[in-house]
Amino acid sequence: MSTYKKRQFRLRIVSLLSILVFLAVWYVCTAVLRLAPAYSLPDPITVFQSFVTKLSSRVPDGATLPQHIWESFKIAMAGYLMGVVIGVPLGIAMGWVSWVEKIVRPVFDFLKPIPPIALIPVMITLFGIGIESKACIIFFSTVIPSIVNSYSGIKQTSQIHLWVARTFGASNLQQLFTVAIPSALPMIFAGLRVAMGVSWMGLVAAELMGATRGIGYMISTARNLLRADIIIVGLLTLGFIGIVISLVFDLIEIKFVRGGK
Amino acid sequence: MTMEKKKTVIEVRDVSKTFYNREGDHLVVDHLNFNVYENEFVVLFGPGQCGKTTVLNLIAGLELPTGGEVVVNGEKVVGPSPSRGMVYQTTNLFMWYNVMKNVEFGPCVRGVKKAERRKKAQYYIDLVGLTGFEKHFPVKLSGGMQQRVGIARAYCNEPDIICMDEPFGHLDAQTRYLMEEEVDRISASEKRTVVFVTNNAEEAIYLADRIILLHNCPTSVHREYLVNLPRPRNYVAPEFLELREQITKDMDDTIG
Repeated sequence: MSTYKKRQFRLRIVSLLSILVFLAVWYVCTAVLRLAPAYSLPDPITVFQSFVTKLSSRVPDGATLPQHIWESFKIAMAGYLMGVVIGVPLGIAMGWVSWVEKIVRPVFDFLKPIPPIALIPVMITLFGIGIESKACIIFFSTVIPSIVNSYSGIKQTSQIHLWVARTFGASNLQQLFTVAIPSALPMIFAGLRVAMGVSWMGLVAAELMGATRGIGYMISTARNLLRADIIIVGLLTLGFIGIVISLVFDLIEIKFVRGGK
Repeated sequence: MTMEKKKTVIEVRDVSKTFYNREGDHLVVDHLNFNVYENEFVVLFGPGQCGKTTVLNLIAGLELPTGGEVVVNGEKVVGPSPSRGMVYQTTNLFMWYNVMKNVEFGPCVRGVKKAERRKKAQYYIDLVGLTGFEKHFPVKLSGGMQQRVGIARAYCNEPDIICMDEPFGHLDAQTRYLMEEEVDRISASEKRTVVFVTNNAEEAIYLADRIILLHNCPTSVHREYLVNLPRPRNYVAPEFLELREQITKDMDDTIG
């Protein structure tokens, strides 16, 4: 084994240990020291058992955990894809074409500071508690970072790179596709990551307020029924989904963002 | 050999350039006149900050003169053109493309077929000595290698004129000598009109057919030197050193 691999291996062990320590502390605080009553903070083993049960059980909220995940995932993806498909090209257009910037920027600057969660009441009164209102909230929370990052990524294109392209005879569109967009890609990707994060936040918040299924709904029902174990199952599920999404982004980024800065 | 019999490629006619900014008007180039002939290697030489780069940008068409005109092959320069290639001070490679895609960029945007432009790019990659690095991304290359890619990229577009703006200014001395030799070799095998900007007297004499010494800001022609030493030139030949001393002394006069 090379020195590099050895070091990497050791670092992996350390990472694994930190998770184990976290679980151990949790276990000691709950099962051994009983710092909190079991109904408000159950120990990790109970939570794991609840997790396994919840995989196939519809108790107490009418759906199994995979059904909740799927429901949330569906809505998140619908809103997210809409936000990205509209936001990224719009941001690029704003960054590249000055009249688009002049038209869109004022409205955009006005909408940008509004927290997506503040839209929940409006959306619920408009669309009810179905998929539309949640997809709209996620769309809103996704489209903003998509636009911001694409826009500033394009704006940061190096003038000299554009000069180079021009001295080679590249047309305006060629400059956009061979220089501006590739150089903005790392930034656009960062925007997509941020958008993914906030879209889940928006979704869970929306589901906490009104839903009939979904992880947020599962958590809020569990709270009403004092089922802390299910709340924690919900939280850990969210964390786990976050990790998976981030890994998927890593893979896509390795594939598309080449060469570095 | 008299230059006057050769075809004139670049005519800089009474060119002035003023930059207008918040601090006021800033005259950088003042009634500049010179010609460059076909396949000639001209070095624009002068002290730092003397507006050499501006002159080069005017020839490339990246800037437009505020007075007079630059005429290339009988046509007035009104903007950048693929017939005038640029090699920049800092390497401005496209970091998101590998070496091959960087070099073939010019033919690519002009719509040259893939097989043809690959062949051409490969030729210039070989010429600058980067065979085997086609798939590497610029971040993985050293400064000297990046500058080679920049040179190959400029040549691959087959421009009539190649403008080089202190291309070795950021390299260490050793690499610099090496690159000067390379440029000398490449320009011998690929005859082009080259306008090369530097503030290094040694580099100027090593490479130039003709050196144009520019005045300090505002820029105008101070003196010209024809360099008739045999190539490749020897940095320590007596004639070389003599010319170097002369040019350095003249440059000091332009500052003082």
